[in-house]
Amino acid sequence: MTKTRLIIIGTGMAATRLVDELTRRVPEAFDICMIGDEPTSPYNRVLLSSLLAGELDESELTLKTPDWWSQNNIRILTGERVTEIDKAARCVTLANGTILNYDQLVLATGSKPICLPLPGADLAGVMTFRDLADVAKIRAAMKPDASAVVIGGGLLGLEAAYGLAKANVKTSLIHLMDRLMERQLDAEAANMLRDDISARGISFHLSANTKKIHGAGKVEAIELMDGTVIPADLVVMAVGIRPNIDLAQGAGLTTGRGILVDDQLATSDPAIFALGECAEHRGIAYGLVEPAYEQARILAAHLSADSAAYAGSVTATNLKVHGIHLFSSGDFLGADGSDVIVLRDRGLKTYRKLVLKNEGGTTQLTGCLLYGDTSDGLWYAELIRQQTPVNSMRPLLAFGRDLATREAA
Amino acid sequence: MGPSVRTTCPYCGVGCGVMAKPDGMGGAAIAGDPDHPANFGRLCSKGSALGETLGLEKRLLHPMRLGRNGSYARITWEDALDTIAQSLQRIAHLHGPDALAFYLSGQLLTEDYYVANKLMKGFLGTANVDTNSRLCMASSVAGHRRAFGADTVPGNYQDLDEADLIVLTGSNAAWCHPVLFQRMVKNRKERGAKIIVIDPRRTASADEADLFLQIAPGMDSVLFSALLVAIAERGHIDEAYVTAHTKGLSEALASARLLAPDLATAARQCGLSEKDLNQFIDLWLANEKTVTAWSQGVNQSAQGTDKVEAIINCHLATGRMGRPGLGPLSLTGQPNAMGGREVGGLANMLAAHLQFSSSDIDLVQRFWRAPRMAQKEGLKAVPMFDAIARGDIRALWVMATNPAVSMPRADHVRQAMGQLDLFVVSEVMRSNDTLNSGAHLLLPAAAWGEKDGTVTNSERRISRQRAFLDAPGETRPDWWIVCEVAKRMGFAESFSFASPDEIFAEHAALSGFENDGQRDFDLSGYVASAHNYREMHPFQWPFRKDEKPQERLFANGHFFTADHKATFHALEAPVLKDAPDDAFPLLLNTGRVRDQWHTMTRTGLSPRLSHHLQEPFAALNPADARDYRVTHGGFVRLTSRYGTAVLRADVSDAQRPGEIFAPIHWSAETSSDGRVGALVQPATDCFSGQPELKATAVKIEPVKFQREGFILSRRKITMTEGFWLTHVTLDHAQGIRLATDMTSNQVIAQLDAQCGACEKSEFHDEALGQHRVAYVLNGRLDACLFLSASGKTIEWNGVRELFGKDELSKTDRLILLSGQTGSGLSDTGPVVCACFGVPAPSIDQLIKSGAAKTAEQIGTLLKAGTNCGSCLPELRRMIRQQT
Repeated sequence: MTKTRLIIIGTGMAATRLVDELTRRVPEAFDICMIGDEPTSPYNRVLLSSLLAGELDESELTLKTPDWWSQNNIRILTGERVTEIDKAARCVTLANGTILNYDQLVLATGSKPICLPLPGADLAGVMTFRDLADVAKIRAAMKPDASAVVIGGGLLGLEAAYGLAKANVKTSLIHLMDRLMERQLDAEAANMLRDDISARGISFHLSANTKKIHGAGKVEAIELMDGTVIPADLVVMAVGIRPNIDLAQGAGLTTGRGILVDDQLATSDPAIFALGECAEHRGIAYGLVEPAYEQARILAAHLSADSAAYAGSVTATNLKVHGIHLFSSGDFLGADGSDVIVLRDRGLKTYRKLVLKNEGGTTQLTGCLLYGDTSDGLWYAELIRQQTPVNSMRPLLAFGRDLATREAA
Repeated sequence: MGPSVRTTCPYCGVGCGVMAKPDGMGGAAIAGDPDHPANFGRLCSKGSALGETLGLEKRLLHPMRLGRNGSYARITWEDALDTIAQSLQRIAHLHGPDALAFYLSGQLLTEDYYVANKLMKGFLGTANVDTNSRLCMASSVAGHRRAFGADTVPGNYQDLDEADLIVLTGSNAAWCHPVLFQRMVKNRKERGAKIIVIDPRRTASADEADLFLQIAPGMDSVLFSALLVAIAERGHIDEAYVTAHTKGLSEALASARLLAPDLATAARQCGLSEKDLNQFIDLWLANEKTVTAWSQGVNQSAQGTDKVEAIINCHLATGRMGRPGLGPLSLTGQPNAMGGREVGGLANMLAAHLQFSSSDIDLVQRFWRAPRMAQKEGLKAVPMFDAIARGDIRALWVMATNPAVSMPRADHVRQAMGQLDLFVVSEVMRSNDTLNSGAHLLLPAAAWGEKDGTVTNSERRISRQRAFLDAPGETRPDWWIVCEVAKRMGFAESFSFASPDEIFAEHAALSGFENDGQRDFDLSGYVASAHNYREMHPFQWPFRKDEKPQERLFANGHFFTADHKATFHALEAPVLKDAPDDAFPLLLNTGRVRDQWHTMTRTGLSPRLSHHLQEPFAALNPADARDYRVTHGGFVRLTSRYGTAVLRADVSDAQRPGEIFAPIHWSAETSSDGRVGALVQPATDCFSGQPELKATAVKIEPVKFQREGFILSRRKITMTEGFWLTHVTLDHAQGIRLATDMTSNQVIAQLDAQCGACEKSEFHDEALGQHRVAYVLNGRLDACLFLSASGKTIEWNGVRELFGKDELSKTDRLILLSGQTGSGLSDTGPVVCACFGVPAPSIDQLIKSGAAKTAEQIGTLLKAGTNCGSCLPELRRMIRQQT
């Protein structure tokens, strides 16, 4: 029996998880070829800040041992860039001219960091924080007495700033909004986070808009709209990501912000699928690993001819900064008409906020935000995802799974 | 550890022997004295917890004077004693001796009582010496005196072991005299004795009864009249006894026939079925060995003396008097009410059971060599405080009692005391409602465990109360304080007692002085024996010269009337003095709860005792609750013509419709709105002067608060106006139960302001109205506040446990505000067995699992009920409810 030729473009975490799922489900069904333009074998991008901080070394980021790929008969082409997809001919062309045919194609091209079009953005020393190469560049530029500016107070920016500060680089963080991680935290948690991050030697400029980057050939300082000038040997832009849809667009697939996919992760071409940060499902292009893994599971099932449908993800945020625990999921801000439960201990630096919605006598958890102690985050996320009625648990819900479920039992 | 000291319990009139083993650090281990004939080693929950009440935190330790600025300043004893002596002299000189009054207490020792009585009645020339015993058993005194010619209890506790029928009327002995009640229950179990309980409330005692008569309030005379009629009609009169030793039966019988013309009428009046009434009569007639025991339900009535006579009439008519296993038995409420009676602590008695006859006055005057004998009875408690309000009495010295809480019309009493020229209080505690009524001088008295003397229990048994702790600060025994004042008034010769031993010797000598067997109270045998006060063993009086202490009296007559015959008394038709009417349609009954005593100044110090019932409450029948829209667990305002209170509503079919029960224990010191004495009407019995504390017309209305909750705190927390509050003593923390219409933020702000230095932890579920905050200081829980929407009370047991920890773990802190215990188990629930701290859920679980089918099995497995046994009725009820 001939195997289905499956080409996966991308060697990131979504792609690796898909392969992992497929080899476990239907080890003999596919002839898999993975192609990625990064030179290394697949690694855990989530841990880049830990690598930057020197908490891990590069080998610890590797997702699969080299043997694993061969043992599972998976071709993995690293450092190879696909230049074109011919969906009529069902083949892809690599930069070196190689043409590879497929029966089914999966796009897992991830996303690209957004670079602000600032004056001076092209100076040496201005970089992004997205992949191993970025980390290598940043590390090369880090000297103990160097100073760095990170633009962007989201997850990535904070992780980059933490990594820099940990390496004794004098680090400032510039954020456009009045609070950090505004998409994952409310004001109270954001303030707690700022205090905790400040304690790690990072200085903040909130509600700060960058005007330009100064330097002669090489970055020297950054200037804010209010005239503040912050000296910098290194500027890291971490202001967001954009789905990488160049190939898909070139192939004439339907795209929006990302590559549009249906509940089976199929693109507008039934032989081509997309997942991870490059895909847009029901209007959402996720920027986190958990949805990508969920999509990988669904797609693997679908490709294995099992019926499966992706209904979207309830995302949850974890910040990978040593000693800082925060977790948020769902409607953590609390839409109108929802109930909010708050539990805080300033001394312990813990904060918990649960958002509940009452409908027809049923109470469901719709959002949660945990700071300081996140041990129950996954449980809350599960309750949100499963839309579990929590009426009876409500009095103890904020105190965690142990108490709440013991009582409800 | 020092050796165990034998003493007696300072609570009820059972007078249990206690072994106190001091720990050398101001505390003591408490156990029952196995050799004491009152209890043979048993103690009730209150007695068992005595060790928890020895702390000095709230004690008055120095004499203090009220300054012009309204605060108290420490003064020397010299200053205090001189001031009192001079003021008493000045006021007596200006206004006459009857402008002076002492208000004493059944918690004083006999020796204290003796010198106070001697000073007033023999040396200051007034008999204005009354006592809280007036509120307790004055009607029994009057009944005994009218029937027997003396205040003599004919029988003893052993009769309860040997009786075949025990009738408890107006007594919830299961809660108020638990050790005696357990003797009755033991008799029932082992000998098959029957127990009949007569009470308007279905009490814990009723739960153990073979027959329960839920009688209409005040109708005891009718019930016992029906019995007397039946005794006569069914030929049960002991003709020989009646003829030889009594007089007045025919008049008494005639009055009984008026009150109870036939069974149906009597039953209707009493609110009983004829069948039950008949069964009561049958049992009473069938059992020669019957003890009829009573307590406050009989005494605290404007016709209390009549009720006592009604009972005694039946015992006289059947000759059931003074023999083993039978007789009338008054259960006194206080540890030394009897001792007080013996020394003349009541305004209408002189000393040593002598009366205000000219011959008795003469006798006492000669014995005391008294310069200024009181020539007439003084004012009894209720008229005494009226005289204070009128300004007729200008100087009052209160010792060891709390009339601002316990007197009827307590608001009136509190106000009256504020107007005195001289208001002295000898007290153990630094603060109580009476001190806070404007006392001018506070005298620090030595407390139980610190002082020596004697007490007499309900069976005429005199026991030594002994010190086992050093008197702290500048505290002094009450007898010393009185004698020092007397010396300063020029009576040094008559008050130079060096010890209570010397006082007791004089008291005993007076009892035998020119007695010759004519007076019941006689300790000549003690005087004549090579007595040793230090080593005194408990003994019963009369202890006549050349005789043994007498266990029982009157089996062969020899009453203390002039002709040595007992007197039957005709009874008046029962009428409530403050009967319900349209304006005040319900009847308020007051009484005790199991684990508190009096105004909680001692029991309120024990964390263990605070678990049983934490809040002042009003029990009412479901029908009344419905009519007045009061909900169980909600709040209800009670208003009488005299005062008002707001109490937690306990809707219960143990109450008869139209009747409300509220406990007497809570004061302004322990609650904002729970001082029930303020409501009580002041009518008194015309013979005994005892007020009708158990029947006041009231109206009720529901009270709603926006939110309720509690505060637990190591530090003293003070709340502003606008709260319903109850203070509860707990281990390591003070508890406050509260209800309010303030916003949660307003309440929290009050706590924030008082816990500034602490780390704060908060929980808010705004939609459910749940707000909780905790304050942690140096890793230790310092205070917390739990608020919830009204009607959603949360128990504090879970968080209370965390106050026992010196350092909270992270998990503790994370779940602290859940109100759950650290183990994650559900709330432990209300404590049923206070002795061993066994909570209701554990017992329920055991019953549910089938592991325990009897209270005894529960005791084997959980220890519950194996100490004092006062929770046994509740255990049995729990078993019944589950099976």
